[in-house]
Amino acid sequence: MSGLALALRQVRYENLAFWRNPAAAFFTFAFPLMFLVIFNLAFGNELIRIEGGRTVRFSTFIIPAIITLSIVNTQYTNIAMRIVFGRDGGLLKRVRGTPLPAWSFVLGTIAHATLLGLLLVVITIAAGALFYGVDVPTTTLPALVVTLIVAAAGYSALGLAITTVIPNADAAPAIVNFSILPLYFLSNVFIRIEDPPAWLDFIRELFPIIHTVRAVEAAFSPLTSGSGLRLGDLAFIALWGVAGAVIAARFFSWEPRL
Amino acid sequence: MTPTAIRVRGLRKSYGELEAVKGIDLDVAEGRVFALLGPNGAGKTTIVEILEGYRNRSAGEVSVLGSDPRDAEASFRRRVGIVLQSTGVEPYLTVSELIEQFRGYYPDPRPLDETIELVGLTAKRNDRVKRLSGGQQRRLDVALGLAGNPDLLFLDEPTTGFDPGARRDAWQMIRNLRELGVTVFLTTHYMDEAQSLADEVAILVDGRIAAQGPPAILTSGKQTRIRFRLPEGTPPPGGSTVAGDAFEIHADEPTRELHELTSWAVERGVELDQLTVSHASLEDVYLELTQPENGGGR
Repeated sequence: MSGLALALRQVRYENLAFWRNPAAAFFTFAFPLMFLVIFNLAFGNELIRIEGGRTVRFSTFIIPAIITLSIVNTQYTNIAMRIVFGRDGGLLKRVRGTPLPAWSFVLGTIAHATLLGLLLVVITIAAGALFYGVDVPTTTLPALVVTLIVAAAGYSALGLAITTVIPNADAAPAIVNFSILPLYFLSNVFIRIEDPPAWLDFIRELFPIIHTVRAVEAAFSPLTSGSGLRLGDLAFIALWGVAGAVIAARFFSWEPRL
Repeated sequence: MTPTAIRVRGLRKSYGELEAVKGIDLDVAEGRVFALLGPNGAGKTTIVEILEGYRNRSAGEVSVLGSDPRDAEASFRRRVGIVLQSTGVEPYLTVSELIEQFRGYYPDPRPLDETIELVGLTAKRNDRVKRLSGGQQRRLDVALGLAGNPDLLFLDEPTTGFDPGARRDAWQMIRNLRELGVTVFLTTHYMDEAQSLADEVAILVDGRIAAQGPPAILTSGKQTRIRFRLPEGTPPPGGSTVAGDAFEIHADEPTRELHELTSWAVERGVELDQLTVSHASLEDVYLELTQPENGGGR
């Protein structure tokens, strides 16, 4: 079997195992929906008049933040946790002792996470449209798909990269949360900081989260004219992803760290 | 001569200043069960992991099934099954799903039913891994090692933590593998396990091989032990030593010395309670080598 076919096979077994743990699966899907509900309770869902005389529900503007959260969660957080727990539990070492190519295993993990992430995005948008009157983009849909793919790939690579500095599974949640939660607050995910001080703006622009929020917003917002592709932001995310991939390729460990 | 599955010459491994493996030679013939014995910290796991291709060596030659495990080529991985000391699997998959998953990694896997049967998990084949007992999970480990139909199987302490019945079952399984022509490289703490299963053993002490050979040859030439109890107050016969609450005679000529002992007892009308005659076991040899202060002087 080719390495690609083996990677697809990995996805199948990852998927089988994922749904066998209904509690974990339920909360994975409840996570973005919970934010949808909370943001609506917090900000209301007024009708907003936009140019051209159209009206849009306010919820339409909070969906990009939830999409960003979903993708970062399934790619970065989830992949980092799975790899570190697999590494500490010996799963990675066992797989390493089989003829399964390393890249097939890694690609299988990433592909399954990506499928989950895309499913979360679809569910979030569908729930938004159904219950909160969210406007679903049409002309910018291709841009949204491209943005999601770039983000999924980038954060997957970063998820692999962060495992190289996580010493053990017990430390994984603390380190992963520490690396990502502050950025959520600074980068217009949880709260919007419209006019940040220059130093804060400088810092948040260095990290990929705000670029992701911006790229998803451009591809999702009914205010966008044109394709909605923000190539600069996507390139920035991709650059972080490449850096992550290089670090992961260089320092990735298949065995527990001593 | 049987072809060689594993050939090691002058193997050394250092971790910084510490030299864990200090130059060992090993030969394992195809189709044999080979046991590597030694106390914790003697370097067993280091050696096994070098042979498995997990660890690089500092010096020496290693050939496993004709390949250098350092390269860990796919062609090598396809022919080798590895059962590590402790490894995780996806807890939510069933026994047969997991074995099926691992079978898919190999070009010529062992049939699913046969693999399950070999490790005695037929009744549990549709159970999820998290519902298996410790011993059953260990058998699943072995099944995953066998899924690719390997020519060579590494078993790192396969029965640690087993109850006696489960150990006997595991031993039978290893004998079955041997009959199928699989070469088995085993590490164990249990001397009776090595004595019962291995065609050849090597005893590792402090990074060096202290003794190597078939168990019967390692124990030959050792003294036979005659052990008995005496009624309280009876003076023991000459040549016997106190061993706990009993007496022992270490006999170079067991037939004559046993005859003398029983004659002595019959003459005095003394009953030799719990009389046993036993040949030196691998454990005696092992203890002599690993704890010279306890065993050497007997």
